[in-house]
Amino acid sequence: MSKNLHSVTLDSEKCKGCINCIKRCPTQAIRVRNGKASIIDERCIDCGECIRVCRNHAKLPIYDPLSTLDKYKYKVALPAPALYGQFNYLDNIDIVLNALLSFGFDDVFEVAKAAEIVSDRTRTIMEEDKALPHPLISSACPAVVRLIRVRFPELLSHLLPLNAPIELAARMALARVQAARPDLSREEIGIIFISPCAAKVTATRNPLSTERSEVDAVFAIKDIYPHLLSFMKTIALTGDEDIPEVQGAGRMGISWCGSGGESTALLSENYLAADGIENVIKVLEDLEDERLLELDFIELNACVAGCVGGILTVENPYVANTRIKKLRRFMPISLNHFTEAERGKIGWETPVRFDPVLKLSSDYSEALEKMQRLKEILDGLPGLDCGSCGAPTCATLAEDVVRGGAKESDCIFKLRDYVRGLVSDMNRLEGFIPPPFRAPDEPEPGQC
Amino acid sequence: MPKNLKLHYDISGEDYTRAGEASAQLKQVLRQLGLSSSIIRRVSIAMYEGEINMVIHANGGTIDVEIDSACVSLILKDTGPGISEIDLAMKEGYSTASESVRSMGFGAGMGLPNMRKHSDYMKIDSTPGVGTTVYMKIALGEE
Repeated sequence: MSKNLHSVTLDSEKCKGCINCIKRCPTQAIRVRNGKASIIDERCIDCGECIRVCRNHAKLPIYDPLSTLDKYKYKVALPAPALYGQFNYLDNIDIVLNALLSFGFDDVFEVAKAAEIVSDRTRTIMEEDKALPHPLISSACPAVVRLIRVRFPELLSHLLPLNAPIELAARMALARVQAARPDLSREEIGIIFISPCAAKVTATRNPLSTERSEVDAVFAIKDIYPHLLSFMKTIALTGDEDIPEVQGAGRMGISWCGSGGESTALLSENYLAADGIENVIKVLEDLEDERLLELDFIELNACVAGCVGGILTVENPYVANTRIKKLRRFMPISLNHFTEAERGKIGWETPVRFDPVLKLSSDYSEALEKMQRLKEILDGLPGLDCGSCGAPTCATLAEDVVRGGAKESDCIFKLRDYVRGLVSDMNRLEGFIPPPFRAPDEPEPGQC
Repeated sequence: MPKNLKLHYDISGEDYTRAGEASAQLKQVLRQLGLSSSIIRRVSIAMYEGEINMVIHANGGTIDVEIDSACVSLILKDTGPGISEIDLAMKEGYSTASESVRSMGFGAGMGLPNMRKHSDYMKIDSTPGVGTTVYMKIALGEE
């Protein structure tokens, strides 16, 4: 599989080559070239900010169409808890889970269940494993893990070395199906995640901490939402006592969909939860400079308000969080705990390694030389960060020039200076009289 | 041999919200140079502490950074009140910060000790009433 596969694609017809996405990208991974936005693959962290900000809807998240369901003989839905916050007047999660079965799934395994197991395991690790760096950083948000990988190498060791709930849920769901239906081959089973965000698509197709993800396909909450609504109406009419019980997670698991949910489940007050990619970067900068060492745990979500703020959701994230609060009111605290059965499924198999994409050169003296040039070029640029050159800032253009991907004259202000020089040369040339016609007392023409 | 890379930062005083901007900018440069993360962290902590001191005590100043193949050198210069007892100021926990500064999380008395801890060479020239200049060097090791 390609190393730099991402979950964002471009609709070239719709892209006008404006500068909205390049300005918003937290890793300066987008340039406008030939009138279209183009992503520098190795810099992209899948945060989805460009999709969110594109007014022309030219940036599109990649995920699987609902028709993928037909590929599998036995289909298991893995609903993210964020799904429950999308529906108005919902008072029973079983209505949503049964609607998934009506839609065509054969089984449902809530990601919230796996989340409770990850929380349980995290509590034990934090108590027992004193060798782990302090504070631990949540590894649940794939965009945050990728951000740390390219920008905060020193903090890689702080990442909680546990699989995200979605991966654990997929493995547990698969084990359950394989135990109940030994007649099915792996290819006949479809483990399908109902996702609030696109970053999780990359995390399943091109995982960092494991060789292979057991998630076979990812559906967008916004795609399945209208279908579920119609099934939910029918199910709700049958009356609560007749709705089959499927739900198996408590408050802890369900609360993971909002910022602070994962931290609260650790039963410690000494945590920090930040959401929104810019805030996440600020926290990581502070932690890197040893300013947050007194904390036990840091929860970071690239999306504002947490997973409910993902780009594949329907509802305003704050409204969704309020609904989740109402839904969980009478729910038990937690219904799932870590057992030996999950030991082989929960830990990272491969460590997440540093990817030094920001380096100017692998050779230090060359990097120093390039940095010197970069500084000189930057001093000559207007500092307006206008984006007209296709790079988000003057500093990025200067960096692109020393890397060989752009020219100083890509700056329209530099170009204007150049044209001014040409005009004055032209004026001088215009006054030039060849020697045969020049009077002896006429002054020499200026150098051209 | 490449030329040494020289960077200059003007630090504005009395604006705590901007304290740390220069060290954050330098961190970005060091990342682009591909220096190891432990070096980057040491340089940025040492510089950050100095920058904060300038903002709190000296109404700002200037920071000059020079990077060559062997080390990162920092010169932090201010025209503030100066440090009357350098030995005392170097003690962990010693602080002259006002309550308003402490309430913002600064002034724990770890600034100078932290600068010494994270640098390989440190020298302070200070004259009360004239100003302070701090020289620091951080060796790059086998970079």
